Amino acid sequence: MRHLISTRDLSAERAIALLDTAIDMVDVRSRDVKKLPTLRGKTVANVFFEDSTRTRLSFEAAALALSADVTTFTTQGSSVSKGESLKDTLQTLEAMGADFIVLRHSHSGVASTVANNKWVDARIINAGDGTHEHPTQALLDAFTMRSRLRGVDARGMDLAGISVVIVGDILHSRVARSNAFLLTTLGATVTLAAPQTLLPREIDGWGVTVVSTLDDALESQPDVVMTLRVQKERMSSGFFPSESEFSTLWGMNDSRLRRLPSTSIVMHPGPMNRGLEISGSVADSPQSTVADQVSNGVAMRMSVLYTLMGDSR
Amino acid sequence: MTILIRGAAILGKDSADILIDGHTIREIGSVNNDADRVIDANGLIALPGLVDLHSHLREPGGEGSETILSGSRAAAAGGFTTVHAMANTNPVADTAELVDLVADRGRQAGYVQVRPIGAVTRGLAGEQLADIGGMARSAAAVTVFSDDGKCVGDSLLMRRALEYVSTFGGVIAQHAQDPRLTIDAVVNEGGVSSELGLRGWPSVAEESIIARDVLLAEYVGARLHVCHVSTAGSVDVIRWAKKRGISVTAEVTPHHLVLTDDRALAYDPIFKVNPPLRTSEDVEELRRAVADGTIDIVATDHAPHASSTKDCTWHDASFGMVGLESALSVVQHTLVDSGHIDWPDVARILSVTPARIGRVGGYATPLAVGSPANLTLVDPTTSESWSTNRLHGGSTNSPFLGITLPGKVVSTIFLGTETVSDGALVAPEIVRNT
Amino acid sequence: MTRIVLTKPDIDRALKRIAHEIVESQRGRSGLVFLGIPTRGVFLARRLAGLVADIEPQDIRVGTLDVTLFRDDLTTQSTRATVATEIPSSGIDGSTIILVDDVLFSGRTVRAALDAITALGRPEIVRFAVLVDRGHRELPIRADFVGKNLPTSASERVNVSIAEIDDLDEVSIA
Repeated sequence: MRHLISTRDLSAERAIALLDTAIDMVDVRSRDVKKLPTLRGKTVANVFFEDSTRTRLSFEAAALALSADVTTFTTQGSSVSKGESLKDTLQTLEAMGADFIVLRHSHSGVASTVANNKWVDARIINAGDGTHEHPTQALLDAFTMRSRLRGVDARGMDLAGISVVIVGDILHSRVARSNAFLLTTLGATVTLAAPQTLLPREIDGWGVTVVSTLDDALESQPDVVMTLRVQKERMSSGFFPSESEFSTLWGMNDSRLRRLPSTSIVMHPGPMNRGLEISGSVADSPQSTVADQVSNGVAMRMSVLYTLMGDSR
Repeated sequence: MTILIRGAAILGKDSADILIDGHTIREIGSVNNDADRVIDANGLIALPGLVDLHSHLREPGGEGSETILSGSRAAAAGGFTTVHAMANTNPVADTAELVDLVADRGRQAGYVQVRPIGAVTRGLAGEQLADIGGMARSAAAVTVFSDDGKCVGDSLLMRRALEYVSTFGGVIAQHAQDPRLTIDAVVNEGGVSSELGLRGWPSVAEESIIARDVLLAEYVGARLHVCHVSTAGSVDVIRWAKKRGISVTAEVTPHHLVLTDDRALAYDPIFKVNPPLRTSEDVEELRRAVADGTIDIVATDHAPHASSTKDCTWHDASFGMVGLESALSVVQHTLVDSGHIDWPDVARILSVTPARIGRVGGYATPLAVGSPANLTLVDPTTSESWSTNRLHGGSTNSPFLGITLPGKVVSTIFLGTETVSDGALVAPEIVRNT
Repeated sequence: MTRIVLTKPDIDRALKRIAHEIVESQRGRSGLVFLGIPTRGVFLARRLAGLVADIEPQDIRVGTLDVTLFRDDLTTQSTRATVATEIPSSGIDGSTIILVDDVLFSGRTVRAALDAITALGRPEIVRFAVLVDRGHRELPIRADFVGKNLPTSASERVNVSIAEIDDLDEVSIA
């Protein structure tokens, strides 16, 4: 595996290996010397055609912890505004010596196109493409679930028997897509809860269950409730009538948290709209994994960088 | 100049000789005359010259992807002798001057008859009717009007257009796509769009416009032609309308008869087209609809694009595929070899009926003595992997590259002039001088 | 063709001798930490720790040192799975580390191990014990304690089996 484009491409075995390596990366991050020489002399180019400070910083921290050099390209003031094509931009970055291109783009499929057409030799990591996928987010979410629910040293374990509810704007969420594909591969039971307007059509092949409201989904006492960021402009385009109706039916709040077992966790990929998809007190509760997700994100991305570097296929 | 074609299977049936004298088919049967040129057509099928009701020749304004000359050559290579050139050029073909210019350049190229299609609304803007009367009464005598690429979405404007065009005996060729239901839509809405995270183009956006338009056509008593029907639901609506006696005709593209939306799974923009590739159930129903006559014709929607607009991301890529060269092969593969229709039906759906819809003279009785000498000879027995050496237009955005298709056009004769000879295009200067 | 070069009694004898040498070298110092390099070095480290404790009861701790992430052959080899590094809770600062591996060959693994140790802390002394030294060094590295020097050709393979995972103790050359 040279590139990481979609969680669809990951077998359970490969995904577990990535999670296992991340355990060692977490360990490294707890030491006095938080740096490994593994990618010394390699260059990671963070290429972000869509702004995302947190994802970019996470990849940057991961690359630096593995001793890679990091170059960052964002669209502000770049040649893209001068009409240079994506292909030319990436080839320029590669000519400057990028071994990895961490690519974020607002259009679905961009990472696939770059990898499939072999526009560059560099290893491509999809850091979010439109409303398609965000595979490293799903991996860090799976890692967070496994650590919290199975214990820190869960080496070799999958997620069989773990029930996950993903709630909110599934249709436009690359996080939901990548998670649905990865979590089912790892044996988890996945339920989607959303209004019909925010559900993709014909998803029988996803191996997930669909219910209407969050209350319906909570009846089965899930181990994990994954909330998603709601883009407020969806309201004006008629996907739901109002913020208050959305949070009433699909928002994770205190009373819903109380209905869950105390061992269940609540996740959010960030950045949160407190009071909309997740209430402030739920986000700050001990059952919230929001901070874990951020911290695990660096370890998970170290694992991905390390694993892709050694794989020449 | 006389041409004698020896031993062709007429419309795929009995073998006979065909004698062409000047612009006219002089004799069919067992011909003993000598001729200036003799073509051995043993094993070949003789079809009437094909008529395409839906091509984008891009001139003026898009010469980087196609010109009237290069598009005419692609058409001849595919067995066509008449093509209709869509109006979405730059400037738009919405005046008599512009449609005359297109027809003239077609005549100068000399490979096929180029029939301009006029815009329904000025600048394809969907606001004000174009100079429909002027175009109808121009030298080009436009009979087909279309805003293709855009739908005449406004119901009142569509009503007026149907009424106004019928004044001149013309027809509206509607690109059926509800604009509001398809904002930023780039792929069929369904399992594939869901997996890819691409904005879906729902089948109902096509079907609801067709339903509205057939009712409008019935109400005002006008003719309606539906471009590139792509869904099983659209077939149902058209079947219902025809049963009701509404004057509607419909076309399907070759690519919608064979390719499905799962081709988009690798985000290869060569498969980005509008309307989008649909599901295998739609493909099956479209084939049946051609066989039972619900869909009247196959039209290519030949849409050339320069490689830079296809060697890019799915989002940035242009919609469209070239199709003139491959149309007959796809029809043979999807309809004839599969047993849906016979070769005489091929003549009907690719020549007689499109000519009738477009009011093009000379195609009513295929391969009849006294008719204009427009015909094509096809070798149906060959089969090969499609490659760019089969393409002769200005662009190579064919979705069939690397796919094996049957059949090959060996000869095309346009008004008594060979445009394709022994499987090769005849040079422009030779075509022009004869 | 496989040739057995060390049998179980040979291995037992070699480890016992190394244990005595470690005790000898350790005179006057405390805080002995055995760090085994996965996979077989881990079990050899445990055995040596036990033997040293039998000879002279003292404060001995055992851990595992994974060097995978410190290797320099990442771009030429396919990705190796990592193994958890386990360090005694008291850490390694100021201790005497006995690094243990089964075979010493190019020396690159030891080089990676020294880097890995540096990232973990600052021991007072690091020594290296190995069951078999087969030569062909590519770096200026040598072992402090060697069970058996085994002249080999570069193309030969040295296979070390140990009872904990291979069901028998044996060293062979193929």
